[in-house]
Order: sequence, then structure tokens, then C-alpha cells
Amino acid sequence: MTQDLYRRTDASTHPANLSPEYKSTPGRAPRQPAIVLPHSLSEITGPLLETERLDALENDLTKQRTGEPLGERIVVHGRVLDENGKAVPKAMVEIWQCNAAGRYHHPGDRHDAPLDPNFYGGGRVRADEDGRYQFITIKPGAYPWKNHHNAWRPAHIHFSLFGPAFATRLITQMYFPQDPLLSFDPIYNAVPAGARERLQAAFDMEHTRPEWALAYKFDIVLRGRNATPLEN
Amino acid sequence: MPQVTPSQTIGPFYWGTVVKAYRADLAPPGVAGERIEVVLTLHDVQGAIVPDGLFEIWQANSHGRYNHPEDRRNLPLDAGFEGYGRASTFTDGSSTFATVKPGRVPWPAGGMQAPHINVSIFARGLLNRVATRMYFDGDPANAEDPVLKMVDPARRPTLLAKKDGKGTWRLPIHLGGPNETVFFDI
Repeated sequence: MTQDLYRRTDASTHPANLSPEYKSTPGRAPRQPAIVLPHSLSEITGPLLETERLDALENDLTKQRTGEPLGERIVVHGRVLDENGKAVPKAMVEIWQCNAAGRYHHPGDRHDAPLDPNFYGGGRVRADEDGRYQFITIKPGAYPWKNHHNAWRPAHIHFSLFGPAFATRLITQMYFPQDPLLSFDPIYNAVPAGARERLQAAFDMEHTRPEWALAYKFDIVLRGRNATPLEN
Repeated sequence: MPQVTPSQTIGPFYWGTVVKAYRADLAPPGVAGERIEVVLTLHDVQGAIVPDGLFEIWQANSHGRYNHPEDRRNLPLDAGFEGYGRASTFTDGSSTFATVKPGRVPWPAGGMQAPHINVSIFARGLLNRVATRMYFDGDPANAEDPVLKMVDPARRPTLLAKKDGKGTWRLPIHLGGPNETVFFDI
């Protein structure tokens, strides 16, 4: 039996697909166990998006329209790493979020909160050789959703990562530290205790910009490679 | 050592931000191989269509070569063909991709896999990416494919796209229910 190139992630990390407190899951969660697939070229290769040309301002969500968006300007930065602690160089990082009032620039969002003509809410950046990335944005608002009576999503930023392989694809959400809504949120709490805390960014005083913006640090950790027999 | 970041749902509102444009035409003119159109349709556990999902596909080129440094075989790469596509599901639950039929790629324990397209599915209500494969119904290589052999024969048809009267390859993907698609833990 050949060893898989990427380490398997155990059940203590990711949410169960069927997490009934999040009421959209029973209608969409697969019920049959997924078949564990040995890693072939199909799984250890994946899109690197090397030909995607990014505009210089794509990681500054406050400069995508004519004026400044309303809200609390923040720096969100961190590193893309693998679970061996190695940087994932040149990783594509995509984010999207609602505006400071809690409204997405999306036709499906019917929340009675104002749209901000100066905030679109989408950004992307390519991490550097050291896996470092940075966005300038505004702090997203909380918003109600109809999951249960008086349900509110805690403020969050959606993150999309590709990593080096089809096997390392990850979409997640970044939350803000000590948000009182976290304990009521079935999406956040679908992640096992002990792992969900990794989704909270850290307030980062060192990277705040005096007179301009507060900063949050959010490292993202993707699956890492198994040690090769030679390295053992 | 750092620990893996947990997955969360893509939610309903990614369209227009993370997906700024359909990236559904994978093969610009000049790319070698048989041109195909692929229509994937997403269904929930009741069989209803899912109009707010996202499909991503990843495939080898017609020579069976992945455009990736891990594929070190001496096979041609086609200029302009990365092998990656993504498209949001339309109001009818479907996403359409224009591409070329992938060639065969090897299996780690020996032998070759049948032509297939790797598929990721994201949607509101899905807390993790779910992954499957699309094979081509009627391809003689399917009989010796090591992944299809791992699947209960009764469920294999959930992985086989069928060609319609216009030559389009169509595969309904069911997240659950009696026709639940076979998903893979990769």
C-alpha cells in the first residue's frame, strides 16, 4: 500500500455535514459515508491559478469604488501554512463579506439594512513566498438569518483557499475574538470544541496603524504532507 | 505544530464576489483533444435542484497530463489549458463547462485510471467541500478503473455522465436520497 501524500484530517477538526442545529444541513448533507480514496495524481495535483492576473487593489476592499465605504477600517493579515508549519507560498486567498451594516452586495440578501455604494465586499490576493497575505477592509456587521427565532450570524469574513492540491481545497470563515454571538451560532458551533476556536482571528495591536486602522491576525492552516519514509 | 483550520459553509452570498465571472470555458482554441460540453446538475436530498451551489472541476488534459508540478511525466502540456473550472449553479441547478475529454492518468498501485473529471461541490448547508468524480458512460476503460472498482456496482451509475442527443455529457449529482451520489474522502 502506497502512503498518501497528504495527511488525513481526523473527525475532531471539521464540522459534521449533518449538523441539524444549522437547519440547511438535513436537506443537503450526504448520508452515506464517503469512500476513502488513496491519493493519485488526481488528488495531489490541483489548480495553482498561476495565470490569474490580480489588480494591485484587489486586496483593498476600501478602494474598489469611488468613495470610502462606511464602517470601521481594519487590516486582516496572516499566513497560509500547512500542518507541518511550512508556508504555502503564493497561495491564492479569496475573501467575501457583508458591509458594516450587515448587508451583502448580493441580490439574494433581503436583510433590511442599507447597501453601501462604496463597498462591494470581495477581494483576493496571492500570498507571498512566506505564505503572508494582507487585506484592508471594513469590519463586517452582524446580521439576522432565519435559521431559528432571533438568529444572528456573528461578524465574519469568508475565506477561500486552494493550496497546492485538489486535496487541500478549503473554504472557511474568520470570526472576531470574543464575539458574544459566537456561542449562539450553529455554523460556528458545528465545528468540534477545541477546533472552532481556530476560526477566531487574534486582535493584533502590533499591526494596528495608528490614526488609521485596527488589525486582526488570522493564520490559515491547510493539510500537510505525510513525512516520507526517508525523513522518518 | 499548527492544526488544520476547520471548514465552514460557502453560504449563499459568494456570487459576485469570490466568483466574479464564470470560469467555465477551460479550453481556448488550439488546445488538443476531443471538445466536450459537460452539464452538472445539483440536487438536494429530496431531489429538488440546488440553485445556489458552486461546482469546481479539475482535470488532466487530453494527453492525461495534469498542469501541476507533481505530474512529472513526459507528456505534453497544452498552452492555455490549466484544467480548472468553476461555475455557480444556475436557477435550474445546473452548471455548464466547455472543455476537452481528459486522458488517462496512472494509479499509484499500478495500472491506469479511466478518464475522469474531479468535482468539488460547495453550497449553503454544506459545511464541508464534498468531492466526487465524473466518468464517461460507455468508455471501455471504466471496466478497469481502480476507483470505480471500489464502489458498490449498484451505486456506480451515480458517477457516470451520459451523453444526450446533442452530444452533451450530463451528470445529475444528488447530495442525498435514494440516488445519492458516491462521494469521496480525499
